[in-house]
Amino acid sequence: MIEIKNLSKHFGPKVAVDNLSLSVQKGEVLGFLGPNGAGKSTTMRMITGYLPPSAGSVTVGGEDMLDSPNAAKRKIGYLPESAPLYQDMTVTSFLNFAAELRGMNGSAKKDAVSKAIDTCFLHKVRHQAIDTLSKGYRHRTCLAQAIIHDPEVLILDEPTDGLDPNQKDVVRNLIKEMGKTKAIIFSTHILEEVEACCSRAIIIDQGRIVADGTPIELRRRATRAGSVHVKIEGPSGSDIRQELSNLRNAGNVDGEAAANGFTGVIRPRNKASNGALSAEIYGLCQSKGLQLLELHEDQGRLDDMFRELTSQTQA
Amino acid sequence: MRNVWIVFKRELIAYFTTPLAYVLIFIFTLLSLGLTFYFGGFIEQGDASLSSFFSFHGWIYIIFGPAIGMRLWSEENRTGTTELLLTMPISPWNAIAGKFLAAAVTLAVALLFTVGIVFTVYSLGQPDGATIWSGYIGSYLVGLASIALTCAFSAVTRNPITCLLISVTLCLILVLIGFAPIIDFLRGAHMNTLADICNSMSFTWHLGELARGNMRIQSLVYLITLAGFCLFLTSVFIRSKRS
Repeated sequence: MIEIKNLSKHFGPKVAVDNLSLSVQKGEVLGFLGPNGAGKSTTMRMITGYLPPSAGSVTVGGEDMLDSPNAAKRKIGYLPESAPLYQDMTVTSFLNFAAELRGMNGSAKKDAVSKAIDTCFLHKVRHQAIDTLSKGYRHRTCLAQAIIHDPEVLILDEPTDGLDPNQKDVVRNLIKEMGKTKAIIFSTHILEEVEACCSRAIIIDQGRIVADGTPIELRRRATRAGSVHVKIEGPSGSDIRQELSNLRNAGNVDGEAAANGFTGVIRPRNKASNGALSAEIYGLCQSKGLQLLELHEDQGRLDDMFRELTSQTQA
Repeated sequence: MRNVWIVFKRELIAYFTTPLAYVLIFIFTLLSLGLTFYFGGFIEQGDASLSSFFSFHGWIYIIFGPAIGMRLWSEENRTGTTELLLTMPISPWNAIAGKFLAAAVTLAVALLFTVGIVFTVYSLGQPDGATIWSGYIGSYLVGLASIALTCAFSAVTRNPITCLLISVTLCLILVLIGFAPIIDFLRGAHMNTLADICNSMSFTWHLGELARGNMRIQSLVYLITLAGFCLFLTSVFIRSKRS
């Protein structure tokens, strides 16, 4: 649905987006992560045709954004950062305006507006002036504008920014629901959000993709992922430690050996050996008659992964 | 065309749902009639013509044009709705034209409120109808040019006041370079060519000619071209701001 090839954007000497390529298919919800100023919004602005790229191409639903911008824009719904709106309009008149610009008329327009109002829970405020709305309603009004023409592609720039936890949940569920039939890219700072509703995540830093995968895959790439935390009771702590480091899959063994056991963390020799280390530790305890009180494999956290990938450049 | 109409409708409603248009129209009517009666010696002249009435319009447009046009793009830039508008499946030209037309209609409404003076002058004597038409056309075109000029500068700023200041200055220059004392000064200093160039580029001279019933094609072409060029400049500014 969305094809981005070698996309770059320079602002003067500053490189905001650097040779970025990615594609998103129908039914995919892509979480777009990165520190502030990493180029998330700039990329989204190029995808939606607001900013012309310095180099590279954007194709949406087979339409090239540079060659046939209007055909490509028709396929996209866009929620810009901070959800801009015409303050002097009411919610309904604004959505009517958006529907008209999307080429709708008469009863089709009416249906689309009322459907968007329903989907985004705007019923209570539909005749209210936009400048009197709370932030949550404003965000949802702008989101309603983005989905009014039932687009195949949704680009959402921080759709949950500034919302309270309940509203965040509403928007997340909306995204998840719509993700079944559309191609969605959304950017966020909230990593749990990515785990909650993305089928795939991309981390960008300084305009380049530094990681791309499912949230679980990315999480596994954190340094701590795959480490096994154990608490073992047995005759002599130091022996247990020795036994543990002799295991085939064990790397660094860290922890305190006491007279009656061992508590610590065992790093895997190879992260890809998913679960093998835990099995070995369990086997060891069984064969030596040790009491395994605790065994817990670290799943890795997206935060760690995010920090490890993006913090070098900030120092 | 449909897209121009949609944007036009939104902008026109925006003008008339806020007090802005009403205040501006009121001030325009008050100034153009007040100046004519008090300083133009409209009654004392004993001449059934509106040339003094129209001659004030050039000065009024220094403020009025920018005041109408300043919000066109600067407000969108300030609230970020430019991003919304320009990612819709319409060309930037649709948006520029729609916005400009809404401002043009607001200006037309303001001019319409001054027609009282036409009835006055008909009751005073036998004015030349064609001259009055020519004056109104001249005034309208100068107004449109000042709005278009403001429109261009509103595209580069997010602050309407900045836009107002720049446009007022430019409109002031366009009025002053045709102002009689300045032209006389240039001629006195034997800079006749410069005086002619200044005159032919000024709002004052073209408006003066049209108000006298001198409907010259050059004046119409100049004012329309100036407005068109400023709208073109708007599209350039909108594009350059994004790249």
